[in-house]
Amino acid sequence: MTRSPARPGTRAPRTTRAIVVRAVLLTLLALALTFALDPFRNYQLAVIAATFCATAGLTLLVGLTGQLSLGHAVLMAAGGYGYALVAGPAAEAGLGGTARFALGILGALVLSAAVGGLLGLAGARLRGPYLAGLTLALVIALPALTTQVPGLGKDQGLGVPFEAVPAPLAGLMVVEQWHAWIAVVVAALAVTPLVVLRSGRAGLRMRATHGDEVAARLAGISPARVKVGAFVVSAVAAGLGGAVLAVVTQSVSPGRYSLAFSLLLLVAVVVGGLGSIGGAAAGAALVVLLPWLVEALTSAGGLSADLEQRLSGNLALAVFGALLVAVTVVWPGGLAAASAGPRGRLARALRRSRADDGPGPTSDAAPAPASDPTSDQASYQAPDQTPDPLPITER
Amino acid sequence: MRNHTPVPTPQPGRSTAPPAVRATAAASAAVVALTLAACSTPAAATPGIDDDSVKVGSHQPLTGPAAAGFSSISAATKAYFAYVNDNGGINGRTIDYVVKDDGYNPATTQSVVRELVQEDKVFAILNGLGTPTHSSVLDYLDQNGVPDLFVASGSTTWNQPDEYPGTFGFNADYVVEGAALAQYARDEDPDAVVCVLGQDDDFGETFLEGVELALGADGVASYQTYTTSSEDVTAQLGAMKEAGCEVNLLATINGFTAMALGTAAQMGWSPQWYASSSGGDYPTLVGFLGEEVGPALLEGFVSANYLQNSPGSDWYELFQQINDEYNDGAPFDGNTVYGMSVGYLFAEALAKAGDDPTRESLTEAVESGALVGNGILPLTFGADDHAAYDGVGIAVVTGGVQDFVGATYRVDGDAVAAAEPAPVPLENEGIPTP
Amino acid sequence: MDRLVLLVSTGVARGLVIALFALSLVIIWRAARIVNFAQAAMAVAAVYVAFAVQQATGSYVLALLSALVVGALLGVAVERGLMRHVAGRTPMPGMIVAIGLVMVLQALLGIFFGPKHRPMTPVLSEAPLYVGDVPVLSRYDLFVLLVALVVVVGLGVLFNRSTLGLQLRASAVAPEVSRLLGVRVPRMVTIGWMLSSAVAALAVLLLVPTELGLNAHSGDVLFVHAFTVAVLGGLDSPAGALVGGLVVGVLISLVTGYASAGLAPLAVLALLTCVLLVRPGGIFATKEARTA
Repeated sequence: MTRSPARPGTRAPRTTRAIVVRAVLLTLLALALTFALDPFRNYQLAVIAATFCATAGLTLLVGLTGQLSLGHAVLMAAGGYGYALVAGPAAEAGLGGTARFALGILGALVLSAAVGGLLGLAGARLRGPYLAGLTLALVIALPALTTQVPGLGKDQGLGVPFEAVPAPLAGLMVVEQWHAWIAVVVAALAVTPLVVLRSGRAGLRMRATHGDEVAARLAGISPARVKVGAFVVSAVAAGLGGAVLAVVTQSVSPGRYSLAFSLLLLVAVVVGGLGSIGGAAAGAALVVLLPWLVEALTSAGGLSADLEQRLSGNLALAVFGALLVAVTVVWPGGLAAASAGPRGRLARALRRSRADDGPGPTSDAAPAPASDPTSDQASYQAPDQTPDPLPITER
Repeated sequence: MRNHTPVPTPQPGRSTAPPAVRATAAASAAVVALTLAACSTPAAATPGIDDDSVKVGSHQPLTGPAAAGFSSISAATKAYFAYVNDNGGINGRTIDYVVKDDGYNPATTQSVVRELVQEDKVFAILNGLGTPTHSSVLDYLDQNGVPDLFVASGSTTWNQPDEYPGTFGFNADYVVEGAALAQYARDEDPDAVVCVLGQDDDFGETFLEGVELALGADGVASYQTYTTSSEDVTAQLGAMKEAGCEVNLLATINGFTAMALGTAAQMGWSPQWYASSSGGDYPTLVGFLGEEVGPALLEGFVSANYLQNSPGSDWYELFQQINDEYNDGAPFDGNTVYGMSVGYLFAEALAKAGDDPTRESLTEAVESGALVGNGILPLTFGADDHAAYDGVGIAVVTGGVQDFVGATYRVDGDAVAAAEPAPVPLENEGIPTP
Repeated sequence: MDRLVLLVSTGVARGLVIALFALSLVIIWRAARIVNFAQAAMAVAAVYVAFAVQQATGSYVLALLSALVVGALLGVAVERGLMRHVAGRTPMPGMIVAIGLVMVLQALLGIFFGPKHRPMTPVLSEAPLYVGDVPVLSRYDLFVLLVALVVVVGLGVLFNRSTLGLQLRASAVAPEVSRLLGVRVPRMVTIGWMLSSAVAALAVLLLVPTELGLNAHSGDVLFVHAFTVAVLGGLDSPAGALVGGLVVGVLISLVTGYASAGLAPLAVLALLTCVLLVRPGGIFATKEARTA
């Protein structure tokens, strides 16, 4: 795999300790931020944090191993149902507080890891579009699954026990802020291991598998194991996000985890920059806030009722689609690349898209190993991810 | 800290909360209450209402696959409120109706309802549409003490005064509709083979319960279901035709009622069709089937309703007038009457909630049983009944006009019985008075 | 027995449309190595034009022709204006751009035409014809069958018996060599897009009269089924698309008829999972296809 020298200005996390320290600082910052927000903004922050869990896992999966999952909503749903199926009975059994929450989270972990593992096994055998097809069929089948499997509450879903503000904090905050705290902390716990993995050997293996499976195999890496591992890790993160959403909204139902939501997660990671965790955070904020912003704009604009009704919902969708197209075509690094030096990236992207004009996409048909770092967006992250020469502890 | 912050009050009805949580919640409530008391917040604590106006919110599917057929409801309600406001409002207050689109997606419902409560600071939520969507915010509205009036769905979920003291339904529930339609089928022809086509969710199942209430557990020859994701009911109708069905009861939304009729016609099969009020609106169905074939297919079509849809009735004419004047003359159909009737009922509740309504006095007004509404039967609201109607009238399409035929049924406990229609007369130009 | 015949024939009729749409996905995959997620949205846009033409002229033939032409033009526009500028040697960036395009197109259709379903009546009767006492396909189903056959035979002749077809196949399999031999590969890609989008528009035009009416989302379910079918049969295989389409159509119909409508998506998922477990490149996959 060819490698460009690390550019100045990129901050690649070097050691696990540095990553954890940074994560703790960011988490504390986010927790402090909640005091500046009103309840609705705190609710939005909680939803963003939950979505971030899923996009962080997805960006790793798509960006590093090159597996396109259209079913990440199902993995979030698995986490949500896992939580509800354990926390609900726990509440009925009289259990409360931290124990119930922890058990619920455990349920979310188990169920999402199981679903992720199965998908990973499929992903290890299937190539791009075939995996996309399978995950698409899965996300379409989710409502049917919840209707047909007893105990999943059909289309109304399941209720989730209410998590009140603990007594010592009750004077400090209202329930929305407490839920934002839960969401931020769980997101930190879900995402930090991903960052550690990404910057360590596991990340290197993922990129190697994506770059050239044969070469990876020669280097002693088992592509199947790497792919399954990536899927499970990504699924667990998404599942934690689903559990958080279940807690925050006190319910889990199939309607939330539709194909449209799966595609929005994809929008988030592409616009954020494939492979970039920071980009995944920005993308998560974008998909949560943009529809609300657009709605606020259209309803404030003094439009006719009919036009407002037609724009409502559709306009945000159009913006998402346009962003997805524009970022992929013009600006393949996404927001992450933008923050790392917009001009250089843009110029490179333009140069490359011009260079590709001639042959046209058919040249793909040639079984060219994608060893060229410009072969897709994912590899754009390569410079940031130059592996540490020193062995890194993977915990 | 803001004075409107939701207090995690212990809810006696929340069976899921174990004692420990309740104790915690109670303690938190006490602490928050103390904190609030410490903050210098004005006492006029009821959000969304002042001397000149009252703000209510709603979530409706304006976009997405479910938007067709439903998006006109909130427009009609808005038009009715504009009419009331132009005539001086209720107790001197104008009504400001904030409608947010949820695309029939529970995730969006949860977000927009929080926005309505916390950002727009609405006084109450009115006519939130859809069973899966509205179910996802029941707990939230309950915990925040927001009145949740006249939900637009016939689920029996809304009628749980102990669990959700602030939630009230509007539609006659699906049990009532199923029972009434089945009883009418039995009364018309005791020997008819009756079948049911239902949506594969709460709608279909609750409707079937009602049908079995009237006909007994083995009274349904064939029960078929459809999902809204697949626009094809050929297989289901094939099965029903083979089962020899003569009367088909439909727990379907308008689009699928049209599909069922159209598909059967293509099979060369013409049984009798009995549809619930959620899928029995003649103008909407003609829109789906097309002007050429619609009227012919719909001749003799039976449906249930509880609102004053009779062309020529005083209410119908008033609503038509309001529709022309305040709704840009939008197509006038069952949804228009529905939306305006919801508006009327809310205005009436507001009028009867006192000179300075609070959230409590609003729900008390509904529970008091003093509301009369504008249906063809008396309202049944009470302290232990949060359903609006326990009966429906039967309407039949004759010569392209859908009108009540006089047959009316009410469900009392487990029994369905014929009743006398008692349409509420129009008074004071349709503007409720205290 | 009657019921079985009815269900199978309904399944075949629906399956034909799915097969036709899946075929369009196969054409585009072979030509450009792209899974065109926007295929259904583009086709629905073309059918809106066809609908307007039918309203204005009352002629179904003109509507059909305009669907084909507008579909093809949309294909050219999307390829030249967008897809050509997508960088990358893997199919993924193209798929992502196509997903973005679906969102844009559906949003625009929703904004311009609103959420209403516009009813389209079938050109021929949908009443089933009887063989003895048993109801089988309707006239409209036979029409769909005929159209599907014409398309399949036409494409077969085009690809296998003409110079253009040879060039199309050559540039799909070995673009570099083809270029050296004087084939204008980019033009071949454009032609692939045209053919594919026109076939897709035709499939949606045939579908809409059997459903609720024309709406921005009319093609959604068809796309999902067709993509499943294309993956099931092998993205490189036209035969796979046809066989897969019929299998999935009949499967959905049988499961809905004998079990319940809610089980149908699960049955499709189960079928897909089983097939891909045994043959990761689809039923009709060739070894070469899997290296794509």
